[in-house]
Amino acid sequence: MSDSQLNIAIRHTLHTAQGILPMEVSFSLEKAAIMALTGHSGAGKTTLLKQIAGLLMPEEGNIKTENSAWLDTQNQISLPPQQRNIGFVFQDYALFPNMTVAENLTFALPKGGDRTIIKELLEATGLENLSGRKPDQLSGGQQQRVALARALVRKPELLLLDEPFSAVDPDMRYQLQELILKFHKLFQFTAIIVTHETSEIFRLADQVGIMENGKLPQFGPPAQVYLNINQPEKDLYIHGEIINYTKTADCIFANALIDNKIRLVKLPLGMEENILAGKKFTLSLSLRSPEILWLS
Amino acid sequence: MDYQPIWLTFRLATITSAILLVLALPVAYWLAFGKFKGRGVVEAVIGLPLVLPPSVIGFYLLLAFSPSYWFGAWIEKVLGLRLVFSFPGLVIASILYSLPFMVYPIRAGLQSLPASLREASYTLGKTEMQTFFKVLLPNCKPAILTAFVLTFAHTVGEFGVVLMIGGNIPGVTKVASVAIYNEVEALNYGVANQYALILFAITFVILLLVYSINNRLLRVRQSA
Repeated sequence: MSDSQLNIAIRHTLHTAQGILPMEVSFSLEKAAIMALTGHSGAGKTTLLKQIAGLLMPEEGNIKTENSAWLDTQNQISLPPQQRNIGFVFQDYALFPNMTVAENLTFALPKGGDRTIIKELLEATGLENLSGRKPDQLSGGQQQRVALARALVRKPELLLLDEPFSAVDPDMRYQLQELILKFHKLFQFTAIIVTHETSEIFRLADQVGIMENGKLPQFGPPAQVYLNINQPEKDLYIHGEIINYTKTADCIFANALIDNKIRLVKLPLGMEENILAGKKFTLSLSLRSPEILWLS
Repeated sequence: MDYQPIWLTFRLATITSAILLVLALPVAYWLAFGKFKGRGVVEAVIGLPLVLPPSVIGFYLLLAFSPSYWFGAWIEKVLGLRLVFSFPGLVIASILYSLPFMVYPIRAGLQSLPASLREASYTLGKTEMQTFFKVLLPNCKPAILTAFVLTFAHTVGEFGVVLMIGGNIPGVTKVASVAIYNEVEALNYGVANQYALILFAITFVILLLVYSINNRLLRVRQSA
């Protein structure tokens, strides 16, 4: 794919709790694509993200963007994170506790940079009124918005997000997803987001990669990856709560709350006892039955 | 009562702590994050004053500083400075003697910060130096304060090393702890008591202040 903006190929040895694991990953992303990276913990997702950022050095690899080579171990090229044009949103936000919201953003501004971007970002994230506060005076969702805004100050060509919403409630998660989509439209960055939420993957991503034991065996558009029948079923779960259901002659249709949205779930007959109102359930997306009908 | 020993003690402690703070920052950073072999050796050397009897350190420093040996002779030739039985000599000895009290708390403070703070700063284009001064140091103020005060208090409490290399010259090397010893030797318990009480009161107040400030700093951070 010569027209892709980001080409990544990495070979490394992972030292995990389960022992030594060879890591081998390669993929390409189109310009301004959003890729979701998912898979079990310990599969190497965060390691991969940090290697792309230049925070960790892989044993071998190539990372090339449209304009430059960030990593080329054969030719001994490895740009430090400072010189890779990235934004990184950390799982623990990593806001600087000694700085206010505005100072956290200003810190990211290069010398002589245009300060209007800071005002724009504060406005877009709804943080203007909180700009004088220190991070410890903010809620989790507010902190995450600051972290996102700060990562965008330098207008990165690649935004890396490591489970950014794992500590916020579903409402806030939804709002933050909206914010990412809004910023994506505005700045047209390419993004890689580590997430465990299937609904998030469908909502945000053009591409999804499922990492397994240091490899990326499945990579493609979410619909294609998730509806692939040969998929190992353990990977793909979706959680929800039954609201009510109606029985027809050949199946059961249930309204269910999945990630704060009401969706229609189709179930086979004979499962009546299991679908009482309020009952929580887990469905595997890879199984044909029970199957999920996606409604907009 | 002669107040000179008290004054000398606090002058020595202030100068020692100030110089050590500057020296310890890069050493602590290096120990906390540096990637190098032989870290164990460096740590062991820095930690020696914690376990060695002060008289051992004092003895070797006495030899080193003495103009009859090469280091002392060299210093005297190059800098025109005699380190043995002099105030500059006391300062250098105190720096070596209190090194772990400054380095270890700062290193612990740096290591206790989440790695993501450093990483975030790098991804925002900041150099290691900018990250150290603008992100890491301001966020381990309690550790730095603790280190400074421990060093200060440890220097105030110095006795063996000072006696070995400084002796007992009024206004030059006769610090309060030595003065107390002298007064007791001369059976002047009343004067010894005065010195002791002053040292006791001042160091207690300093420690009290530091722990109150630290508790306040920590409470602010925990209230998140």
